[in-house]
Amino acid sequence: MTATGIGASVRRVEDRRFLTGRGNYTDDINRPGQLYAWILRSPHAHAAIRSIDTRKAAAAPGVAGVFTGADLESAGVGGLPCGWLIHSKDGSPMNEPPHPVLAIGKVRHVGDPVAVVVAASTAQARDAAELIAIDYQPLPAVVTMAAALAGGAATVHDGAVGNVCYDWEIGDKSAVDVAFKAAAHVTKIDLVNNRLVANPIEPRAAVAEFERSTGQYTLYTTTQNPHVIRLLMGAFVLHLPEHKLRIVGPDVGGGFGTKIFHYAEEALLTWLAGQVEKPVKWTSERSESFTSDAQGRDHVSHAELALDKDGKFLGLRVATQANLGAYLSTFSTSVPTYLYATLLAGVYTTPAIYAEVKSVFTNTVPVDAYRGAGRPECAYLLERLVDKAARETGIERSEMRRRNMIQPDQFPYQTPVALQYDVGNYPASLDAALKSSDWAGFPARQAEAAKRGRRRGIGISTYIEACGIAPSAVAGALGARAGLYESAQVRVHATGSVTIYTGSHSHGQGHETTFAQVVADTLGIPFDQIEISHGDTDKVQFGMGTYGSRSIAVGGSALLKACNKVIDKGKKIAAHILEASEADIEFKDGKFTVVGTDKELPFGQVAFAAYVPHNYPIETVEPGLNETAYYDPLNFSFPAGCHICEVEIDPDTGTLEVVKFTAVDDVGRVINPMIVEGQVHGGLAQGIGQALLEGAVYDGTGQLLTGSYMDYAIPRADNLPNFDVTTQSVMGASNPLEVKGVGEVGAIGSPPAVINAVLDALIPLGVSDISMPATPAKIWQAIDAARSGHKAA
Amino acid sequence: MPTVSMTVNGKAVSADVETRTLLVQYLRENLGLTGTHVGCDTSQCGACVVDLNGESVKSCTVLAVQLEGAKVTTIEGLAQGDKLHPMQEAFREHHALQCGFCTPGMVMSAIDLVKTNPKPSEREIREWLEGNLCRCTGYHNIVKAIGAAAETMRI
Ligand code: FES
Ligand code: FES
Repeated sequence: MTATGIGASVRRVEDRRFLTGRGNYTDDINRPGQLYAWILRSPHAHAAIRSIDTRKAAAAPGVAGVFTGADLESAGVGGLPCGWLIHSKDGSPMNEPPHPVLAIGKVRHVGDPVAVVVAASTAQARDAAELIAIDYQPLPAVVTMAAALAGGAATVHDGAVGNVCYDWEIGDKSAVDVAFKAAAHVTKIDLVNNRLVANPIEPRAAVAEFERSTGQYTLYTTTQNPHVIRLLMGAFVLHLPEHKLRIVGPDVGGGFGTKIFHYAEEALLTWLAGQVEKPVKWTSERSESFTSDAQGRDHVSHAELALDKDGKFLGLRVATQANLGAYLSTFSTSVPTYLYATLLAGVYTTPAIYAEVKSVFTNTVPVDAYRGAGRPECAYLLERLVDKAARETGIERSEMRRRNMIQPDQFPYQTPVALQYDVGNYPASLDAALKSSDWAGFPARQAEAAKRGRRRGIGISTYIEACGIAPSAVAGALGARAGLYESAQVRVHATGSVTIYTGSHSHGQGHETTFAQVVADTLGIPFDQIEISHGDTDKVQFGMGTYGSRSIAVGGSALLKACNKVIDKGKKIAAHILEASEADIEFKDGKFTVVGTDKELPFGQVAFAAYVPHNYPIETVEPGLNETAYYDPLNFSFPAGCHICEVEIDPDTGTLEVVKFTAVDDVGRVINPMIVEGQVHGGLAQGIGQALLEGAVYDGTGQLLTGSYMDYAIPRADNLPNFDVTTQSVMGASNPLEVKGVGEVGAIGSPPAVINAVLDALIPLGVSDISMPATPAKIWQAIDAARSGHKAA
Repeated sequence: MPTVSMTVNGKAVSADVETRTLLVQYLRENLGLTGTHVGCDTSQCGACVVDLNGESVKSCTVLAVQLEGAKVTTIEGLAQGDKLHPMQEAFREHHALQCGFCTPGMVMSAIDLVKTNPKPSEREIREWLEGNLCRCTGYHNIVKAIGAAAETMRI
C-alpha cells in the first residue's frame, strides 16, 4: 500500500477549500444582473384554488414578473415525472397523478408551491408575494394512512380512488401459508417507522440563467445527480433538448437522498430565466425546506414470523402501508417496494417470505428516499421481530440470530425475495461485535447501573443491505425508467497529469480524495497530479449520480475500467517506442516495461508521445490519451454487519443516554479507512436520531408541527456517544474493485439496535413496546403506564 | 439606506444596507464573503457563527446596522496565507468535516470554546456545540479535532 493509494487514510483534498471558506455552494453563486425568486406556498393541506389575483404583486416595487400554474400550463410546461413504475398485484400499473410545477386548481399539502414572484431582491419578491390574493376553499385533509384508506375519505387525487397508488406483492404466499401451518411458534409485531426530514444543513437552492444568443440554459442546483435532472427536466417538464441544458451541481452541503429528486423549483427557475431573460436565484429558507424537501420513511407494518421448535425461521409474512405524501417524488415508488421488501430475508435462511405493500396518497409533503431508503425500514422490522421472537421462545438474542444466519459456504445465496447475495460472512460480524461490545460482560454493567438507580439495556441488530444500484437490465425489468450504470473519463494531459470526469457526485463523501486514490494506484502517478471533476453536465460525459451507496461500487468501477483502457493504449504506444511486441509490455508502478529487460518508459513519457506523436504507431493508434468507460454492474453489492447499542435510562424522568455503540460493518474493500469510518459515524447519528429524537409530526389538519429546528430534533453533539466502529472486509464479488458501499450502513443497522436496547432496559418494568422516536416523555409514559397497569397513550 | 462601516478580517469595509440586513447577509451579499453559511431561519444551526469583537456569535441574529465600528473575523480570516489556523488544521487531520457546510461555524465556535476553556473535556466540547448542528459527521471526529486543537493551541 502506498501513502496515497487504496487502503490509506489520505487526508481529504477538498478540506482546504471548505476550511477556509472557499467552498462554492449554490447559494454562493451569483450571476451578473441576477433577479431573485420567492415562492408562495400553500398554507393549507388540501384546498381548491378558486382564484389567484397577482395584479398588486406585479405592480410592487422591483418586481419583474409574477407567475402561477396557469402561466406554466399555457406555456406548455409539463409535470414532474416519477422514475419508477410499480405494478399492483392484479397487474395494473400504479396510479400516477399529475404533479404540476406550480399548483393547478388545487393544493395538496402545506408547502405546495402556488405562485412565484421574481424581483430585484429577495426582500422585494417576498414583500410582493404577500400582495398575491388567493381565494382558497379549504377541503377536508387526509393526513394519516388510516384516514386516507378509510371508506369515504377525501381523495387527494381525483384519479386515485381510495388514495391508493398501488397494492404490490412479492414472494410466495402459499409457501408461507404452509410454513405457518407447520410452525411451533408464531411471533407477531406491529410497527411504525417514523417519518423523517432529511435536513442536510445546506438548504436547497438554484440559480438559473439563459443565454439569449445561443438559447442555452444553465442551472446551478443543489443536486446529487445533475445528469438525471437534465434528463428529467429536459424531456418531461420543459421539453428542451439536453444539448441546450447545462446543469451544475457545485459543492453540495449534504444530500442524504433528499437532493436526488427533480424538484419543481429546478424547472421553475430554469423556465423563469428564459421568461425574464435574466439570471434568477432562489434559496430555500429552512422552514421552506421542511415543507418542500421530500421526507423519508413513514411505514406502518404488521409482520409475523413462523418458527420451528428450535427457533429456526420457517416463514415470514409482512403487510406494510407506505405513505407517499401528496405527489409521487422521483423515486418514491421504488423505496417501499424493491428497496425494502427484497431485503426481507435479512441475513437469515428464512425459506418462505411473502410481503404486500400498499402505498398511499395523503395531504402531506411527498416522501422519497432518505439515507438507506427502504432498507432501514426493512432492518427495523426484521430485527424488532427477531428480538421479540427470541424473548417469546426464551432463546438468547444473539444465539437466535446465529442459528438462522446464512453461512459463509452458502454463497451465492438466492433469497426467496428476488435477490442473490454474492458473498458475506455474517457470523464473523456478529462475533466481532459481541466481543468488541463485551456483550458477555453486560450483566455486571447492568447491575452497577442499577445501584445508581439507572436501568441499563443492551440491544443488537444484524442487518444486510443492497448497494451499488444496480444492473440496469434488472432494474429495468422491475420498473425503473432509467439505466443505473456509471461513467468515467480519464483525460491524460500531455505532461502526464490527469483529469478525471466522473458521473458520481460528491456532497460530503470525499470523492476528490478516494477516486484519486484509485487512480494513483492504478496508473502509478503522484496523487497531486490527479484532479477529480464532477457535477457539471458540460464537462462530464454522463452520469447517474450518487445515492444508494453506489459511487465507489459503480462509479469507482467505471473509473478503474477507464484507467485500464488508458493502460492498454499506453502499452501499444510503449511497444512502438521500445521496439517490442505489445504482448511483452507490462505496466507496473507507473512504468511500461519490456518483460525480462530493463527497457522502460514512464507513464508521463507515453502520455507525451500520445500528444506529440513524432515516434508513434500512427498507422494503428490514434494520437491522444483520453479514455471513457461505462460500467453496469452484474449485481448489487451487499454490505452487512452487526450493531450493538447500550443505553441507560433514568426511570424517574425517562431521560436516556446512549452509553456505548458498537458497529461492525462489512463494506468490502476499504479505499480510505478514515473516510469510511466517517461515513459510518454519520449514518449512526442519523439512525440514532430516528430511534430517539426525530419525527415529522402533522396535526389533524395537515399542518407540520415539527417545521423548524426548534421542533424537529436533529441530533446534537451531546445526544451522541463516541462510536466504536470496525470494518470487516469480505471482499465484494460484484465489481472489480471488490467494494460494497458504506454511505448507508450506519443508518440501516442502528435504529433496531437502539430500540432493542431501550426495550431491554424497560421490559423488566413491564413495558412491552415503544415506538420511535423513543423520547424521554414517551419512555416516562411507558414506564408510568406499566407501573399503574394501563396502556400508554 | 444607512451606511455601515466595520473591520472585517482586518480590513476596513463599508456598505449601504437596508435596515433589515443581517450581519450574515452583509458578509455574504455586500462583501462577497460566502464562507459564512446560512442553514436555518431560527438561529439554531450555527453555520453562520463568526467572531464579533472577540466572541463567537450567530451572524444571523445580529443586524448589520447595530455594528458600526465592530471588529468581525470570519472563516476567511483565520489562515495566515497558506498556513491554516490550528483548529482548521485539526479539523482536516481528524476528518471533522464531510460536506463542509457546517464547518465554518463549527470552527469559529470551537475557537471561542478553546479561548474560554483551554482544556475542555469531551463532555464540555459536546455541550458547547449545542448551538452547532452537523448532519454529516455524527460529531465524533469534530469532538476529537477540537480536543486535539485545544492541545496544540495551548503549546
Ligand atoms: S443560520 Fe442557522 S444559526 Fe444562523
Ligand atoms: S459536514 Fe456536513 S453538516 Fe457538518
